[in-house]
Amino acid sequence: MTAERVMRRGNDSAVLRLSEAEAARIGGDASDPDDDERVMLNMGPAHPSTHGVLRLMLEMEGETVLRSKPVIGYLHTGMEKQGENLTYLQGCTNVTRMDYASPLFSELAFSLTTEKLLGVEVPERATWIRMLMCELNRISSHLLFLATNGIDLGAVSMMIYGWREREEVLRFFEKVTGLRMNHNYIRPGGVAADLHDGWQGDLSELLELIEPRLDEYEVLMTGQPIWRERLQGVGAINADEAIALSATGPLLRSTGYAWDLRRDEPYLAYDEVDFDVIVGTYGDCYDRYAIRINEIRESMRIVEQVIDRMPRGDYRMQDKKVTPPPRLRIDESMEALIHHFKIFTEGYQVPRGEAYTAVESPRGELGVYIVSDGTSTPYRMRVRPPSFINLQTLPHLMRGGLIADGVAIISSVDPILGEVDR
Amino acid sequence: MIGATDPLFADPFGLPEVGVVLLKVFVAFVFLLVAVMFNIWFLRKVISDMQNRIGPNLAGPWGILVTLADGIKLFFKEDLIPEKSHRFVFKLAPYLSLIPAFLVFAIVPIGGDFNRTDGPGIISIFGHETLLQVADPPVGILFFLAMSSLAIYGVMLAGWGSGSKYPLLGSVRASAQMVSYEAALGLSIASVVLVSGTLSMHDMVLTQAGPGFNSFVPNWNIIVTGFIPFFIFLVAGTAELNHPPFDLVEAEQELVGGFHTEYSSIRFALFYLAEFMNQITMGAIIVTLFLGGPAGPALFVPKGWWVGVFWFFFKLMLFLFGFVWLRATLPRLRYDQLMDLGWKLLIPVSLAWFLVLAGIQIGRDRGWSSVEVGAFALGFGVVCMLCGALLMMALSSARAQRLTDLEQASADSGQASADLGQKRADLGETPTKGVLRG
Repeated sequence: MTAERVMRRGNDSAVLRLSEAEAARIGGDASDPDDDERVMLNMGPAHPSTHGVLRLMLEMEGETVLRSKPVIGYLHTGMEKQGENLTYLQGCTNVTRMDYASPLFSELAFSLTTEKLLGVEVPERATWIRMLMCELNRISSHLLFLATNGIDLGAVSMMIYGWREREEVLRFFEKVTGLRMNHNYIRPGGVAADLHDGWQGDLSELLELIEPRLDEYEVLMTGQPIWRERLQGVGAINADEAIALSATGPLLRSTGYAWDLRRDEPYLAYDEVDFDVIVGTYGDCYDRYAIRINEIRESMRIVEQVIDRMPRGDYRMQDKKVTPPPRLRIDESMEALIHHFKIFTEGYQVPRGEAYTAVESPRGELGVYIVSDGTSTPYRMRVRPPSFINLQTLPHLMRGGLIADGVAIISSVDPILGEVDR
Repeated sequence: MIGATDPLFADPFGLPEVGVVLLKVFVAFVFLLVAVMFNIWFLRKVISDMQNRIGPNLAGPWGILVTLADGIKLFFKEDLIPEKSHRFVFKLAPYLSLIPAFLVFAIVPIGGDFNRTDGPGIISIFGHETLLQVADPPVGILFFLAMSSLAIYGVMLAGWGSGSKYPLLGSVRASAQMVSYEAALGLSIASVVLVSGTLSMHDMVLTQAGPGFNSFVPNWNIIVTGFIPFFIFLVAGTAELNHPPFDLVEAEQELVGGFHTEYSSIRFALFYLAEFMNQITMGAIIVTLFLGGPAGPALFVPKGWWVGVFWFFFKLMLFLFGFVWLRATLPRLRYDQLMDLGWKLLIPVSLAWFLVLAGIQIGRDRGWSSVEVGAFALGFGVVCMLCGALLMMALSSARAQRLTDLEQASADSGQASADLGQKRADLGETPTKGVLRG
């Protein structure tokens, strides 16, 4: 086993990038074709713990996974292509459906890229509202991870608890954006609506609710011997391998490599708030679990700071070519009516050029790359989906583990299949 | 042979006695079915309470008829038999699971006044004196072991006969798990048999009844055998039931449904029935072996056969609640961890404890003084600790070896990308170390 591990941990540890024949050789394929000790197991796309429609081909010896290959595309909806037919204003409704567990991040990345192409600056309040909503979204996304990670390891109650707290966050989202998911709230030029009256009170209640519940999870899971046994040392990866495979987010940070776009390439107002980047040591499933549960705490810290420091002002820029005029102005001003009509039919033209912006989504680096040809729709939109790219570490992580480890590993990579397939 | 201690068989055996036996069989049968219905409802209600849910509340008052509704629904579902399955085995397996579950309950004493001096535990049905249990074979507890071994075949053949990979994996796990935990189960039963000196379930209850120590602490086997066999039996019994955290055989998140993935309709219902029936019988066996069964504490003043019934069900409910609690709290163990727990912890400990109990028993027979017994216990304790230390050393050195291997492997890959390592050093970060923790 050791020799195989060394071989596997060379530069070409990404089995996916190799041809099938090469992959078979590195994978230590049985030289004897009549070897019937191995069995191919098809896991998914309809399987309780493949997080939607991920499909895995597993080559197993007994319960030990030797080679595995993720097969994707069962949720392909052509959203990237669709983005070329939608105006920049409509673009957010499209990208928000990719990562449905953290929709605001896709909206944010899309809006930031569009604004970069437009060369405009959004008001300070809009920036801080975006930051607030994104951190809340990170909390809800990580709570969802805790829920699914729990159920994947057989802790059924954790599933309910995670969803329960996430629901509270979504309730706040519903108050602000009108929707529980697919918000279309962050748009080029600002956000769709201002925060409602008394939002500070709502948030303080929310934080007070989640804080002790997190401690309860720690009692239920973190110190639980079975939980530790199931996660520690499982699905380990080191920093070099993670970087070689382009992994980002908690998967990369679990190896001890502190890489967080909020700190390393600050966007929004992250350089003005105080927070820690959580890193692990061993790069195993337990570290990834611990990172996420602690990132919830860090996000709560950021939210608290935003509550205290939210600037006054406008929640969107008042460039009438980009953001629609206020409803009342339409009744008074012919010009406003024309602007409103033009924005919602033709859309606004974006100068020729290309831009890429990345944000730190709960799953890693989420980037949007847009090529504009000067019309009101992108010439090409490309999304760098963290789930998709993190997914290519799966064959590496799962190798040599048992099938039960495989389930824990899929769960700890936390892929969202809507984003993987786009 | 069937009624060694049952006074029913002492008299001339005629038609009325047959009637009494049939009545008991019928009552036990109906009782078990109703109890399973109750148990499923109880599980769903309690676990939903633990998870801030409402749980079943529509079918009948408090949703108590939900199991019945489930059963009726399953009964009318289409019965699918996979094409690649072995049809005969596929059809046989559910019955192999269910029948042992029914039969085990026959040997459990469920009532009677065990604090009576004349004929403890004996009740009278239509003027015929008998025990409140379907049968009391002299082999008693061995019958339970035999039946639980048989029940493995149901699970194993279900997985094998389905002709599909997930059920097969489930059944492979099942056979390994149940066989290895049966060893620990058997050893802790042996401890009980050793102190009570009988295999008959009725006699076991008799030895545990009475005023106990200082007429306050009950004379139950859990105390007499020194708690350890009880805990081992509890863990091994939970594993034997395939109950969380040992439900690897079903393991929904890994094996979809384990051995019953391919089952639907009434055949699935039979497995379900067997699973919950096994919980009840296992609870009943634990209560009988360790907690005195129907024999309550002597302090309890009222007398009558129903006192025993009350105590029996009170204790049984504690265990059923405990099972639900486990299900709501614990994550599932992994297959190799399960085997480790069974073979490296439960079996050695129960074996050592069995030897201690045997030594004390011999000492008692030969009339040793307490000093001699103490010296024996001390000496044995030292030997046990030595063996345990050796075992631990072996385990830790094996783990250290694996850790070195892994460190070597990750060091090799580290050299392959030295520039990345340099970059990481520039950022002032410590390189990652080993990947395996103790």
